[in-house]
Amino acid sequence: MAESSELYQQVILDHNRKPRNFGVLPTANREQMGHNPLCGDELTVYLEMDGETIRDISFQGSGCAISKASASMMTAAVKGKTIAEAETLFEEFHRMVKGEMDPATTDHHLGRLTILAGVREFPARVKCASLSWHTLHAALEGRQEALLVEE
Amino acid sequence: MKGAVSETQPQRERAIPFDIERIREDFPILGKVIKGHPLVYLDSAATTQRPTVVIEAVDRFYREQNANVHRGVHHLSEVATREFDSARVKVQRFLNAAESHEIILTHGVTESINLVAHSYGGKFVGAGDEILLTTMEHHSNIVPWQMLAERTGARVRAIPIDERGEVRLEEYEKMLHPGVKLVGVVHISNALGTINPVRTMIEMAHRHGIPVLVDGAQATPHVKVDVQALDCDFYAFSGHKLCGPTGVGVLYGKTRWLEAMPPFLGGGDMILSVSFEKTTYNALPYKFEAGTPPIASVIGLGAAIDYVNSLGFDRITAYEKDLLDYATATIGAIPGLRIIGTAREKAGVLSFLLDEIHPHDIGTLLDQEGVAVRAGHHCAQPAMKFFGVPATTRASFAFYNTREEIDALANALHKVKQIFSL
Repeated sequence: MAESSELYQQVILDHNRKPRNFGVLPTANREQMGHNPLCGDELTVYLEMDGETIRDISFQGSGCAISKASASMMTAAVKGKTIAEAETLFEEFHRMVKGEMDPATTDHHLGRLTILAGVREFPARVKCASLSWHTLHAALEGRQEALLVEE
Repeated sequence: MKGAVSETQPQRERAIPFDIERIREDFPILGKVIKGHPLVYLDSAATTQRPTVVIEAVDRFYREQNANVHRGVHHLSEVATREFDSARVKVQRFLNAAESHEIILTHGVTESINLVAHSYGGKFVGAGDEILLTTMEHHSNIVPWQMLAERTGARVRAIPIDERGEVRLEEYEKMLHPGVKLVGVVHISNALGTINPVRTMIEMAHRHGIPVLVDGAQATPHVKVDVQALDCDFYAFSGHKLCGPTGVGVLYGKTRWLEAMPPFLGGGDMILSVSFEKTTYNALPYKFEAGTPPIASVIGLGAAIDYVNSLGFDRITAYEKDLLDYATATIGAIPGLRIIGTAREKAGVLSFLLDEIHPHDIGTLLDQEGVAVRAGHHCAQPAMKFFGVPATTRASFAFYNTREEIDALANALHKVKQIFSL
C-alpha cells in the first residue's frame, strides 16, 4: 500500500508550485489543447518544432497538483528530443503509471519521470498524470481538434 | 386509502432516544478499517450505506423467495409477488401518496425523470414551449429535458440562483407563463445542500397551471416527504440514497397525469393484450413498468423504508442539522477554507474549497486518512459555473455520522494544508 507521501513527494509539490516552462510559447508553431471532462482539468501544450525535433515546449492550464507537476516534468524531459524519442517516453510513461511496467525492474529512458511511478497505486489519478502526455502525443501527431482524455 | 395507513408496518417512531452507537452497529461497513484508519464515510450524497436489515432482506429473497412476479401460479411466485407489492405500498405510505398505483417503480431517479420527459414531454410539450429548471439541478434533471427540447423544438431555461445558492424566487415568478409546460426543481441540492422552497415554488407554478417535477434524490434520506402536502405533480427518488439497494427508484405521479401519459418503455408486463394488429396497454402502475423489475432491490427498498421510519424522521432531521451546524463551524474555521453553498435552509452537504489546492488532491489525501469524500463537479456543472469553480470537495452526512468523524475530517484537512505549504 503506497502512502500518500509517496505520491505527493517534495519534487511533485515543487513542480506544482513552480511549474517549469509554464505559459504561452511565443515561438510555438504547434499547439494542442487537452481536456479531462471528468475533473475539469484543462491544459494547452505549445511546441516549437524544428523538423523532427522539439526545439522548445511550454504548457498552460489549470488542474490538480499531479497533472500540473506531470506536465511540468514532461516539458523538461522532452525539450530537445526528437518526435521518436518523445513518443518512446510517452509510451514508457503511460505503461509506468498504469502499472504495466515497473521502472525498477525494466530498462527505460524515463529518468526523473519515475518520481511519478507512485500514481499507479491511485487508479483514479492515472488520468491526471497522463493528460499532458496524451496532449503532447496528439500535438506531435498534428491533430487539430481539442483532445478529450477520460481513460 | 388514507384510512388504510394504520393497518400494517411501523409508521410510528420508536419512543427511545437517538442511540448513535446502536445505529452505527446496524451498518456493518462502518466498522471497516481503510488504509490503517477507521472508515469515516462522508459521501452519503453519492450513495448511503446499507443497514443489515436491508442486506438480509435482499439475501433472504434470493435464498428463499426468488421467482418472477405477476406471472407464475406457483408458490414462490406468489410469495415474491406479495413481497414486491407490499414494498410498493410501503413506498406509497412513505411519500403519503393517495394511491399505490401512483408509485411507479423504476431503476432510479434518472430513469424516473427520463420517463416523465419522454411520456409527459412527448404528449404535452411542443415547439416554442418552455421547461424551467433551477441552475442547481443535477445533470439527470437537465439532460433529459434538453433531449426533449431537441426532439420537439421546446426551450429549456435556467431559473437563477443567488450567491448563497438559493433560488431567486422573484426571477422565477417572472419566468412563469402559460407557455411553460413544466418546472423541474431539485428538493435538496447534492452540490450545495440547499433545501429548496418546493412547496412555494409548486404553488407559484400551479397558479399558472404548470405542473412541477421534484427531484428528491437527496431529500428522501434526510427529510420527511409528503407529496400530497407538497402538491407536486411528480416526485422522483432512488433507493440507494435511502439506505436501500442500487438499481431501484421511484416515480410518484398524480393519477391524472399518469393516465394521460403514453407508456415509456414497451415490453412485457405493461400490456393487457398483444396482437400484431393492436396492443392494449395495462392499467397503472404497470403501464410504466415494462419487463421484469429489480425485484430483490424493490424488496430491499421496502426494508430500508421500514428501517428509516423506525428511527423517525423528526429525529433524523434534527440530528443531521446538529451535525451540519457542527461541521460548518468546525470546517468553516479552517484558514483558507471557503464553503460553497450557504443557503439558510440546508441539509447535510458541505461543499468547499481549500486554499488553491485542487479538490482531487484533497480527496486523495483525505482517503489516506480513511476519510471518504467526493471531489469534482458533482454532476452539477451549471451550479459550479455559477460559483466560478470547476470543482469542489464535498463532505456529505447521514444520520449514522458523528461529531468525532467531522473532527477526523478537520484533522485530515489540516494535514493536507501542511503537505501543500511545505
